[in-house]
Amino acid sequence: MNRVLVAIVIAVAALVAPWFFYPVFLMKALCFALFACAFNLLLGYAGLMSFGHAMFFGMAAYFFGHTVKVWGWPIEFGLIAAVLGAALLGLVTGALAIRRQGIYFAMITLAFAQMIYFLCVQMPFTGGEDGLQGIPRKPLFFGLLPTENDYTLYYVVLVIFLFGFGAIYRFIHSPFGQVLKAIRDNEQRALSLGYEADRYKLLAFVLSAAVAGLAGATKAMVVHFATLTDVAASTSGEVVLMALIGGLGTITGPVVGGFVLVAMQDYLAFVGQLVLVIQGAIFVVIVLGARRGLVGELSAWWKARRRPG
Amino acid sequence: MGACNIFEVSTQLLFSQLLLGLINGAFYAMLSLGLAVIFGMLNVINFTHGAQYMMGAFAAWLMLTELHIPFWGALVLAPIVVGLFGIVIERLMLKRIYHLDHLYGFLLTFGLAQIIEGLFQWNWGSSGAPYQSPIPGGYNLGFMFLPAYRGFVVVAALVICLATWYAIERTRLGAYLRAATENPTLVRAFGINVPRLITLTYGLGVGLAALAGVLAAPIQQVSALMGTNLVLVVFAVVVIGGMGSIMGSIVTGFGLGLVEGFTKVCYPPGSNTVIFVVMALVLLVKPAGLFGQTK
Repeated sequence: MNRVLVAIVIAVAALVAPWFFYPVFLMKALCFALFACAFNLLLGYAGLMSFGHAMFFGMAAYFFGHTVKVWGWPIEFGLIAAVLGAALLGLVTGALAIRRQGIYFAMITLAFAQMIYFLCVQMPFTGGEDGLQGIPRKPLFFGLLPTENDYTLYYVVLVIFLFGFGAIYRFIHSPFGQVLKAIRDNEQRALSLGYEADRYKLLAFVLSAAVAGLAGATKAMVVHFATLTDVAASTSGEVVLMALIGGLGTITGPVVGGFVLVAMQDYLAFVGQLVLVIQGAIFVVIVLGARRGLVGELSAWWKARRRPG
Repeated sequence: MGACNIFEVSTQLLFSQLLLGLINGAFYAMLSLGLAVIFGMLNVINFTHGAQYMMGAFAAWLMLTELHIPFWGALVLAPIVVGLFGIVIERLMLKRIYHLDHLYGFLLTFGLAQIIEGLFQWNWGSSGAPYQSPIPGGYNLGFMFLPAYRGFVVVAALVICLATWYAIERTRLGAYLRAATENPTLVRAFGINVPRLITLTYGLGVGLAALAGVLAAPIQQVSALMGTNLVLVVFAVVVIGGMGSIMGSIVTGFGLGLVEGFTKVCYPPGSNTVIFVVMALVLLVKPAGLFGQTK
């Protein structure tokens, strides 16, 4: 009963939100929330912390921008190409990265992302320091649905977000997701039961890369451009922070974290460089004091409150 | 382009690029050494390493401009100051997370690096400040020109690395350290103050990073973000070498610097990425790293 009520409230809020908040802000927040969900899928359910997820987010943004702007593809195909490109990149880097575990995995993904960053600085198709600007918002469904209007596009982005979020949800609650959790908790045991751990981890990595790519391409569509910031290490750090703020390993945490971080960047723009300092301070405070994140701490508080009563 | 033909390249260019590579390698070696020592003792990958390297350079620059302490004084004082800062960080924060997964140490030090670099950038901006070379001039070796200070950096880095190796592998304190890395509980039972040893190790590792920063100050511009990209490359160096062996870190660091210098001659656009390519190859062939034993 309660759950249904909460779901209805969230659904209504999502539908009327653009009348209360700036639609571009909401769309950006949805993209970053989806990005954080993709990251969290890997960390929360496969126990793999990628510190290089910006490479999928950013490269997908470039793929989308290039196919749509330079090659003149419709945006549906641009999105598909971007997702496939990110998935392929995930397949290559993931196959190498899963050869090490734990902290090494984080360093390897970070290093690959840095390599991709340097490639993006040098390759002509990314536009180098200028980035890829003026990516057109073309109408969807062969011209039937114009997307120039921010309010219309908001609902398109909402659908994309729900699609990506739903894909992750289905994945986690499938037998495949169960095996993944078993590997996360005890890899040796899963191996001895006959599961090929590496294959499962790789698939999770590819799926996570693909969803991160979907988020990046959608962001490029919303803001009309793709830049080096999207592939930079700072973006990889931001997605970790979003998942951390919301709560590692919770399903809704990354969504909350995504909204919090994008809001923080928008509303704290006046402090300039100090945004980095604030972000760093949040990292420190959460790691030292509130490792369950907003959602985790809240639900723990809720349970503790109900138990004695 | 494409394939490298060594005979088409002038020896002048080749050797000067190899020297640059050797200098980069000296910094990779010093920094990856510090990371390995800290990781061995604290189980924390110190993401703040790049920021602490930058703090070393800044400390030297501030000592020169504000207090008129020359380079040679800063070479001793700056690592001590930054090392003490590291000890405070360890006592206040790092010691609270040793019982947790490695990832939390990584996240905590990442956050600290952002705070430190953000504050320096906010106060001094992102453009670099020059630091005059303490040993001007150079030698004409016939096949190339060797700036005196750069030659000094390579030698100094070698001495620092070997001294660290000696301290850890051949002295009593080093023996305690290695023993405490293997089995802290048992070493504690022998009456050795392991937490103090851990604090000291972090201080020394951070001091090493700061020392590298002081050495870098006259070569690079002193800027708030000078360590940001460097630390990422050093992570790749650490993955390539594996953190199991001190000597391994030194050899890998210098070797990769040379590889980078060589790439700059043969295929300049690849010089930024070659270390990451080497990392991918090593992961394919020997996933534990060139000198690593465990997973």
